[in-house]
Amino acid sequence: MTTTTELTETTLLRFATAGSVDDGKSTLVGRLLHDSKSILTDQLEAVERASAGRGAEGPDLALLTDGLRAEREQGITIDVAYRYFATPKRRFILADTPGHVQYTRNMVTGASTAELTVILIDARNGVVEQTRRHAALAALLRVPHVVLAVNKMDLVDYQESVFAAIAEEFTAYALELGVPEVTAIPISALAGDNVVDASATMDWYGGPTVLEHLETVPVAHDLSHCHARLPVQYVIRPQTAEHPDYRGYAGQIAAGSFRVGEQITVLPSGRSTKIAGIDLLGEPVDVAWTTQSVTLLLEDDIDISRGDLIVPSKDAPPTTQDIEATVCHVADAPLTVGHRVLLKHGTRTVKALVKDIPSRLTLSDLSLHPHPGQLVANDIGRVKIRTAEPLPVDSYADSRRTGSFILIDPNDGTTLTAGMVGESFASPEPVKDESDDDGWDF
Amino acid sequence: MTTTVATAQEGTDSPYALSHLDALESEAVHIFREVAGEFERPVILFSGGKDSIVMLHLALKAFAPAAIPFSLLHVDTGHNFPEVLEYRDRTVDRHGLRLHVASVQDYIDRGVLKERPDGTRNPLQTLPLTEKIQAEKFDAVFGGGRRDEEKARAKERVFSLRDEFSQWDPRRQRPELWNLYNGRHAPGEHVRVFPLSNWTELDVWQYIAREHIELPEIYFAHEREVFARSGMWLTAGEWGGPKNGETVEKRLVRYRTVGDMSCTGAVDSDAVTLEQVITEIAASRLTERGATRADDKMSEAAMEDRKREGYF
Repeated sequence: MTTTTELTETTLLRFATAGSVDDGKSTLVGRLLHDSKSILTDQLEAVERASAGRGAEGPDLALLTDGLRAEREQGITIDVAYRYFATPKRRFILADTPGHVQYTRNMVTGASTAELTVILIDARNGVVEQTRRHAALAALLRVPHVVLAVNKMDLVDYQESVFAAIAEEFTAYALELGVPEVTAIPISALAGDNVVDASATMDWYGGPTVLEHLETVPVAHDLSHCHARLPVQYVIRPQTAEHPDYRGYAGQIAAGSFRVGEQITVLPSGRSTKIAGIDLLGEPVDVAWTTQSVTLLLEDDIDISRGDLIVPSKDAPPTTQDIEATVCHVADAPLTVGHRVLLKHGTRTVKALVKDIPSRLTLSDLSLHPHPGQLVANDIGRVKIRTAEPLPVDSYADSRRTGSFILIDPNDGTTLTAGMVGESFASPEPVKDESDDDGWDF
Repeated sequence: MTTTVATAQEGTDSPYALSHLDALESEAVHIFREVAGEFERPVILFSGGKDSIVMLHLALKAFAPAAIPFSLLHVDTGHNFPEVLEYRDRTVDRHGLRLHVASVQDYIDRGVLKERPDGTRNPLQTLPLTEKIQAEKFDAVFGGGRRDEEKARAKERVFSLRDEFSQWDPRRQRPELWNLYNGRHAPGEHVRVFPLSNWTELDVWQYIAREHIELPEIYFAHEREVFARSGMWLTAGEWGGPKNGETVEKRLVRYRTVGDMSCTGAVDSDAVTLEQVITEIAASRLTERGATRADDKMSEAAMEDRKREGYF
């Protein structure tokens, strides 16, 4: 291994931004990219050229991030874009998501892989409906870390009392929703206060800048309390003279860790054996953990194929054909009761039926609309689904990877819906309703 | 290599945090395995350039100790660098792979495609590529495209559906949620798959250094006969340069990207080792494409427009 790579191997943080149109999200993103020297000369020149071509006075930094012709024509962001920047301490993947309310699905998309969300607020307006929507989405998607960036502090005379009141109101609301951690930072994205460099004006603030926080927030969690899960992606069988009997079960560890010698069970079949070996991309190891891509070798030759889930025998999830979940509908065509769909969970895709849509959630005030009949694009609601085969599902609260699924239109392959298994703050009713939970009663 | 030890990070991160290279590698391997599990006839676009070389390396790791369950496809513009073609053939032989070639020159010779006045053959690749995909009934096509390359690519999905005309419609892309990639497609359609989506140019180079991956020599500084055109150093040759008023000179250069000779420029450089290349890139104030690709400069939406038509 070379010295250069040793010096520069860092960790990777995936984060998403959320903010309304005029909260200064583009300015914040632009400043993070610019001040971390991630905007290079030719990109800036291209923006300057395009801005001048439109008769703008200065470079319009939004042109850096609005990559599609339609976005530039309309001056809006219509889709998630991914940005990359780095500091000596860490690499960042930023899911840059549009703030318009009609693009809830894009925020869900961006937040699904994010370890952290930055929610922007205009200090003059305080916590508004859109803020509550963003907080609710962060809670729903169980993004581990939330940053509240109170922007435009320059326009409220950098007053500590303004910041403190907003931070207190937001934190109370977010904690009530179940957001595990909120870090509130007073900033001016335009003037550069507390984004990359500490503010000279707000000496009353003693916390980290946005970038400092991004650089130091933990990206991996204590695995001792995690359920270990390995969805089997592919069976590796070389059948060569060198490896006549090699039979490995390849997959990316979705949660927790696995160890050689451990007793495991394969779901849904329920067969058990022990881990004889773990290959980490060609290298044998004794232990492997989330999110490593590995190949497991087992002591007994049992029937395992793509779609199965390998779990520790002492910690197996239940298998079920009846799934209750909070979902975000992402397709233009509505999701209706009786809809026949495909459900992809881990590496398994099964037929499924939408049995019921008990409620639709209004994100702004978290009120529930009972039995809406259908969910349209960007709607969030509770859904009951019957699957054609039993699935080992975790609660999304326990495991973001094995507690999530997508619904797919079997006719044209469209991704319809993002699903999160189990209860959430949006549960409209007791999850277990004994009176009508006796099977196929639709 | 002590991968597990190297992944443990000190300081604020737990011992279970992966290094950024390990995280990117693991994600790319997951993508390769998803495609192997869900598609009938996948193929890897392989040009002999660094991104496709890294893709191949990742695929080899993903299925070790078994062979890669994919074949390779090269779109030969007819203006490729001889060193790169030599590297391509050597690599194919070494790993016992099957190589498909779609030849732009064939199309020109048959009169199906016409040479452009500016001599660039990059846009001419689209038809041979898409016809080969249809003829061979490839249903998943791996490309080395990275989202950091260009602003239209920043919007690209990891699994990107192409219709029966191989067209990309950025407004009708499937949202990509968690790591649940949706590869459903109708007969005649195919999915472009980008395992390096989340890699940057620097990540690619660091990974090449870490994994000791061999590259074609043109990526390292060497003396070369070049001439200036549109602010770039182009290699002189039978493909069509220099023209009137352009003069050839010997310079110490290297390539940051490898593509068609007519539109891929060299940069002045004295970096002869991987470490020197990495140091040079880390300090560069130009993006890879901005420095060396003429075709992206044609218009503000050049890449988007070509991608819509089926370009990778």
